[in-house]
Amino acid sequence: MTAHPHPDAPRIAVPDAAYERASLKIERSRWAAAGFGRLGRDQVARIVRDVAEAAHAHARRFAEEAVRETGMGVVAHKIIKNEACSKGLVAQYAAEDFIGPRIDHARKIVELPRPAGVIFALIPVTNPVATVYFKTLLCLMTRNAVILSPHPQARQVCTEAARVLAEAARAAGAPDGVIEVIEEPTIPLIERLIGDERVDLVVATGGPAVVKAAYRSGNPALGVGPGNAPVLVDDSADLKAAAGRIVASKSFDNSILCTNESVLLAFTTIADALLDELRAHGAHICTADEREKLRGVLFGEAGFNPAMIGKDAEVIARAAGFAAPGAKILVVPVDLVQPEESFVREKLCPVLGFARVAGLDQAIAAARSMMRHAGRGHSAAIHTRREVHALAFAGALPALRVVVNTGCSLGSAGYETHLGPSMTIGTGFAGGSSLTENLTPHHLVQYVRLAYNKEAAEVFGNFEGLDPLNLPRPERSRPVPVPVPAADDADAVRRELRRIILEELKAIMAA
Amino acid sequence: MFDYGLFRFRDKQDLFEKSIRYWNPDKTRFWLNAGIDLVIDRREGYCLYDMSGRRLIDLHLNGGTYNLGHRHPELVETLKGALDYFDIGNHWFPSVARAALSEVLIESTPGMAYAVFAPGGAEAVDIAIKSARYATKRRKIVSIIKGYHGHSGLSVATGDDRFTKIFLADQPEHFVQVPFNDIAAMERALSGGDVAALIMETIPATYGFPMPKEGYLQACKALCEKYGALYIADEVQTGMMRTGALWGWMTYGIQPDIMVTAKGLSGGLYPISAAILNERAGGWLHEDGAAHISTSGGAELGCIVAHKVMEMLHRPETIANARAVADFFREGMAEMIARHGDIMTGVRQRGVVMGLEFDHPEGAVFVSRALYEHGVWAIFSSLDKRVLQWKPGILLSHAMCQEILDRFDAAMPRARQLLREARR
Ligand SMILES: Cc1ncc(COP(=O)(O)O)c(C=O)c1O
Repeated sequence: MTAHPHPDAPRIAVPDAAYERASLKIERSRWAAAGFGRLGRDQVARIVRDVAEAAHAHARRFAEEAVRETGMGVVAHKIIKNEACSKGLVAQYAAEDFIGPRIDHARKIVELPRPAGVIFALIPVTNPVATVYFKTLLCLMTRNAVILSPHPQARQVCTEAARVLAEAARAAGAPDGVIEVIEEPTIPLIERLIGDERVDLVVATGGPAVVKAAYRSGNPALGVGPGNAPVLVDDSADLKAAAGRIVASKSFDNSILCTNESVLLAFTTIADALLDELRAHGAHICTADEREKLRGVLFGEAGFNPAMIGKDAEVIARAAGFAAPGAKILVVPVDLVQPEESFVREKLCPVLGFARVAGLDQAIAAARSMMRHAGRGHSAAIHTRREVHALAFAGALPALRVVVNTGCSLGSAGYETHLGPSMTIGTGFAGGSSLTENLTPHHLVQYVRLAYNKEAAEVFGNFEGLDPLNLPRPERSRPVPVPVPAADDADAVRRELRRIILEELKAIMAA
Repeated sequence: MFDYGLFRFRDKQDLFEKSIRYWNPDKTRFWLNAGIDLVIDRREGYCLYDMSGRRLIDLHLNGGTYNLGHRHPELVETLKGALDYFDIGNHWFPSVARAALSEVLIESTPGMAYAVFAPGGAEAVDIAIKSARYATKRRKIVSIIKGYHGHSGLSVATGDDRFTKIFLADQPEHFVQVPFNDIAAMERALSGGDVAALIMETIPATYGFPMPKEGYLQACKALCEKYGALYIADEVQTGMMRTGALWGWMTYGIQPDIMVTAKGLSGGLYPISAAILNERAGGWLHEDGAAHISTSGGAELGCIVAHKVMEMLHRPETIANARAVADFFREGMAEMIARHGDIMTGVRQRGVVMGLEFDHPEGAVFVSRALYEHGVWAIFSSLDKRVLQWKPGILLSHAMCQEILDRFDAAMPRARQLLREARR
């Protein structure tokens, strides 16, 4: 090693300080988790509220910074998401208790919440700040410490957002280190950290590689697969309303939510009328020539062109070499709804595939075909007035949520439905995930169960009014007293006096 | 068979026999008689493994030498990397490793100008004393009764009779001792105007970490200024983020003229220490920089490890962890007193520097043994055996702190029994 290739090259090898610091962060989180588990409901509620308020107050700033740093999405829509994932989330779960014991008299069981501990949260580039807000608040509600690991391309805004949230948490009395952030994320570093045995749970939102890595880590993980949502409009639908919702959803944050509509399947009988409505709501319907130009910019050898993720419709059209002035979305009619047609794959941009289907059976076959490539376990939408259509569609598709008469982006993500507002959409076993629902605080807490003998003769205890975090001190067995040596030993007399006084004191304190 | 490649031992007994025969008969027997049959074999993190394979959690840390743990992987990797390029270097010449470490130390230590390196704490104390004598042209050194600054020529003279008389190394005419926490006695010692320096452990370790009274250290420093003596802060055990700041004196709002750091600076891997001097105390470095020389003082390998140690100490996560460990034991030991107040009478604490008081003149010896039997190694204070030195590492995990406390709690009935037997 005495010879070095370049005079400026490092002359000695030193440890990877980024890893070492991150490793210390995990330890800091462990301390925080230990302290957090001892806080009561009111303290936790205050921390959650103050952090949500800080997040809300910075919704605009971080929306702007996220768009600037990642080049993806729409500021106005990111503000909406940031607000929904701050105060909105708190309102959603305000009535729920993740901290106090649950007493089930009928089953003679008491359940004590047990937080996961340290949660390692992977943050995607597509929805960086909203996901930082979302995962942090879910963790705080359930008294977990969180380590945020941003996508490298959203590193700055996530680090800054985490700093703001951490400061609010600290000011509200949260334990030190309850919100940590990996400031210099790299893929090898993250792979090492998610496998660290001091991490209790990995919550992975991101591309399939990230999710697979999370499940491979050897730690418990909640990861979710990619989307590719079909949306069906049948002949019973309110076309005007459907078109409005689809355009709004598809243009929302430029389709950056993984729940966005990928391909619109329209009953042939209403297809032209629907296209007119779409146009009226700001969609640009592409010609066959424009479609091929678009294909060139959107799909390359390596798959979807990441430079186009979350870009405005107009910008994408211009990049493809045609004009679509004022367009909110680009609708691309295709003939084939099979995985080999790239336009029926997931597109995190305001480009919507469009195909005509003769009826429900063909719609189902088309939807299933496109999801064969990607999107299993994820989302789908239907616009209909027929319960039979809705039920058949849901029953036949590999999706785990099919939203009805609403935009898929915010419907499947639980904001425009009662699914539970979430930035992490469970894709179930079919989609390579252990999580079937939208991620909610309930997934981050487990329960210790105190279970009584079933026999009727064994009566269930009275647990009302007992606070597990503040129980009366248990009776202590008396320490074996130190025998008193020779009586003339003044020191021993003093000692014996001390002992008696101490015991008296203890008795008083125990009472 | 314990085969270490270059040498081997049949078993632990074999080792004890050879230690008695070739190394140190009294020290070897002392521990055996105390019921501590420890021979450290493997070591990792904050754990030691006896030759028997038994695991012990280390709360002795050799006075903070293992502040960051045994063989911290980051330090081991640093040293291994350095070994591919450096050796101890040549002490006559300027060197990259020494210049870089000096800069880091001076930048982290307000009011100071130069770092002079040595291999151990005692030698660094000698440098401190020599520097003070140069600067003041006075000889006398004042220290604390039951203070401890090491065993080399000058440092040992500041300490307890036990270590000087045996070697005829006491120098009463130049080394004056005063009781700790006694400002009047300090003033009497300094008021002659003939004292070169007062040397103070910020919290006297070997004395069992009695806490300086409110205002005591400031008063000592003010008296030094009044009577023209320099103030030497011995930070060998209180430095390295162990008392809530990088150096303990910072938490008392005083400004020493000289500071000594050792033990933990080495990461427990490559011996190094430093006397850190202000401009005045460093005067001799302008007149004759070779007036003090040490071949292995400031060995470059040690400098590189120390550099890493300093970097690690400055991390916000390290500082937060140290605070968490201190808070944990503050609460935890209060609870232990509530449970075991019949034998445990008090806790002294500043950061992770702690002393646990027991109700018997040799109480800590028995408690140390009971803890040893329960998988925890903590040493009594040599100069006050009522007090157990409790020196958790600043990077301890919450899980291990909890384990330590659980083991402590479990050891108390045994400690009670040993104390009872001792009182008979
Ligand atoms: C406060 C203090 N100063 C100085 C020393 C001497 O250090 P060394 O043993 O490295 O010479 C010690 C060692 O225990 C110490 O505790």
